[in-house]
Amino acid sequence: MDADDETTAAMIDDEIYANGGGEDEKRNRPIISGEPLDVEAYASLYGGRTKISRLLFVAEQSRGCRNEAMELEALRMAYDEVKKGENTQWFRDVAQKIDGRLGPEYQMDLAWCESVDRRAEQKREKLENELNAYRTNLIKESIRMGYNDFGDFHYSHGQLGDAFKNYVRTRDYCTTSKHIVHMCMSSILVSIEMGQFTHVASYVSKAEQTQEALDPIIVAKLRCAAGLANLEAKKYKLAARKFLDTGHELGNNYNEVIAPQDIATYGGLCALASFDRAELKACILILLSFVFWNKVIDNLNFRNFLELVPEIREVINDFYSSRYASCLDYLGNLKANLLLDIHLHDHLETLYDQIRNKALIQYTHPFVSVDLNMMANAFKTDVAGLEKELEALITDNQVQARIDSHNKILYARHADQRNATFQRALQTGNEFDRDVKSMLLRVNLFKRESNQKQSKKS
Amino acid sequence: MEVLVVNIQGLSTNPGDLPNLHNILKQAHDSLHAESIRLLPLLDMLDPSLHSLGYLYILEACTSSALSKEQASAVVLPTARFMNSCSKEQIQLAPEKFISVCKRFKDYVMQLEAPMRGVAPMLAAIRKIQSSSEHLTPLHPEFLVLCLLSKCYKAGLSILDEDIFEVDQPKDLLLYCYYGGMICIGEKRFRKALELLHNVVTAPMSVITAIAVEAYKKYILVSLIHNGQFSTSLPKYTSSVAQRNLKNICQPYIELANSYTTGKIADFETVAQKYQEKFDNDNNLGLVKQAISSMYKRNIQRLTQTYLTLSLQDIANSVQLNSAKEAEMHVLQMIQDGEIFATINQKDGMVSFLEDPEQYKSCGMIERIDSSIQRIMALSRKLTTMNENISCDPMYLAKVGRERQRFDFDDYDPVPQRFNI
Repeated sequence: MDADDETTAAMIDDEIYANGGGEDEKRNRPIISGEPLDVEAYASLYGGRTKISRLLFVAEQSRGCRNEAMELEALRMAYDEVKKGENTQWFRDVAQKIDGRLGPEYQMDLAWCESVDRRAEQKREKLENELNAYRTNLIKESIRMGYNDFGDFHYSHGQLGDAFKNYVRTRDYCTTSKHIVHMCMSSILVSIEMGQFTHVASYVSKAEQTQEALDPIIVAKLRCAAGLANLEAKKYKLAARKFLDTGHELGNNYNEVIAPQDIATYGGLCALASFDRAELKACILILLSFVFWNKVIDNLNFRNFLELVPEIREVINDFYSSRYASCLDYLGNLKANLLLDIHLHDHLETLYDQIRNKALIQYTHPFVSVDLNMMANAFKTDVAGLEKELEALITDNQVQARIDSHNKILYARHADQRNATFQRALQTGNEFDRDVKSMLLRVNLFKRESNQKQSKKS
Repeated sequence: MEVLVVNIQGLSTNPGDLPNLHNILKQAHDSLHAESIRLLPLLDMLDPSLHSLGYLYILEACTSSALSKEQASAVVLPTARFMNSCSKEQIQLAPEKFISVCKRFKDYVMQLEAPMRGVAPMLAAIRKIQSSSEHLTPLHPEFLVLCLLSKCYKAGLSILDEDIFEVDQPKDLLLYCYYGGMICIGEKRFRKALELLHNVVTAPMSVITAIAVEAYKKYILVSLIHNGQFSTSLPKYTSSVAQRNLKNICQPYIELANSYTTGKIADFETVAQKYQEKFDNDNNLGLVKQAISSMYKRNIQRLTQTYLTLSLQDIANSVQLNSAKEAEMHVLQMIQDGEIFATINQKDGMVSFLEDPEQYKSCGMIERIDSSIQRIMALSRKLTTMNENISCDPMYLAKVGRERQRFDFDDYDPVPQRFNI
């Protein structure tokens, strides 16, 4: 961070006039310019069910963008993964989507489906018998494990609802806090796959409430899950905090849900959209440490997606140092690949809008007057569009300023508290007047009415 | 008859004799009614200010039966003179007769299609019969109707500016507030109109009346014009019949209000077109047009919050007007009405928006604030007095006593369970 400060000090003169533009030659970092995602590298970051669901999501999105090569690559990998497991429904879906485009090895294999289903049925019967036996014997631990096994069975066959129910049933038979934590983690996993993030939030808090100190990896996993839940609930600030709190101990331990790079990406984007400057600075430091640890642990997997992490850090750094044009440019470049992520997809537009608005607000904040032409330059947009954006922000009360449309200048404007107070006082007086008068009138009417009723009675 | 006249002339001067006179008049009541309009010449023998009570009885008898147009015009002038000059003390002995005379007077004046003739006498009559300036008499609505028909709004305003707290008949209040609302709308005093119409809508009532429905329709439109918004939820103290039924009856107006809040003038105009006949039938078309122009005003006012200067063409574009010329007209009108503070630079076609020059430092403003404080303190005192009065009211205590719990361990209350009066 110190190196950056020194360079910015030297560049201050330039920056006043061309805020953010024309600096690419001063730095030599790789620019991700919409290079297509390396699907294999991406998929290798994950394991378990999420690998397949992410691959399917990528295939779906590529189909929408008419990127057939990527779609087929993703579907091919999905097919291979699904065949290693026991989820016949998924297998059928993938085979259908491939539609014969990948040749004879990737066709619908009904024989395989049937044999897997038969085995599944046998296993189910066996598990059920065992469970009934345990239940009659009333041995708590065995019953718990029985339900757990059932849950695992359903999960591997893609019956998420049943899996969830079975995991939850183990709650009554949990005797130690380890059991409870195990139950919570399983429930969280299933809920994330099902997309029911309210359950995720509640089970995270349940797990965090256990008396014993938790394993740091489990703590990190819980924080991750909480971050995801917040992201889905559009609570970006809380999500960012949770993600950044996760820490490097997580490593690859949670790759059935999320990769460490994702934590940095999600956390970084949410932080950009919602943190103030002090928090943003801390965020940059955390991300720095993140990259360092991951480089140490995992220097085999340096592919495109991984390079995203230092990019996110650079983006935030740019934003923090007010180089808005390059910051927004980079974000634009990253957009295509970020849209392929299963969790970010629905929130990317909102996050980007928030980041852009924050950039505009921060730009105008320190000034008494701002030349709109220079500002349009800094944001690489035209003056008319900029005026419209600023108008929306002013109406929303996020920028305290007014636009001189004739000279194209933005003037900061601070409300006159004294006048406003007088106005409000007079207005409150009038309202009090009006309300009390009608109140007194109504009371008299009521009294008269009840008097009449009384006189009618007597 | 002559005996009667002599009695009146004799006994009117001394206030002690008045009860006596009153009895005589009451006894003569039926014979007077038999004579009816033929009693008119008798009035010439009496002085309305000195012999008010007698004059009143005779006048009442004159007008008791239906009159032809010539007879009506003959009666109108003496009645008017009487209302102007009668003596307050004598009138207060027979208030119902006075009120019925005035009401018939109003009918005749309307029959003769000269409502303006009735305005001043009716105003005088109100003053005579009011027990205090806070008292609402049955003559108030009649007076307001005359003002409305004769378009003498300012005379109506003078009465409306007084606060009403005591009411004889609830129906009078509803009519008074409704007509008062209409007068205020005519004078463009929308805040007062809103207050009055609000009183009608929220008055205690056991059954929905046409007055309440019409008042609600105007209330919606005035609320849009004055506040720029309308909330369909009525306050808690509104009667339950009103809360349940008013919205259903006034559906077109609610739809209009909803399209106003979107801020798109085209939508609003479409809805207005759709129900144009209905609005016309209710005589509210003028208000609807005013609502449309208020929408333009509100949009322009919003611009003053974001811009310091803006070209007329840009104003026209963002407010959905047709040309810069139209925008200039609107802005000019608003500056003249004091709704915005701005200057128009015709050379550049630019408008500069200025801050409200009111600094709240002038003597006038200090006086205004001071008088507001005094007024509110007086009102506050009134409220406290009323609260104390009700707390001592036997009926209230009886009801509260009945609902109190049998045993209160915390505080043994000395109020007895049953409070027999």
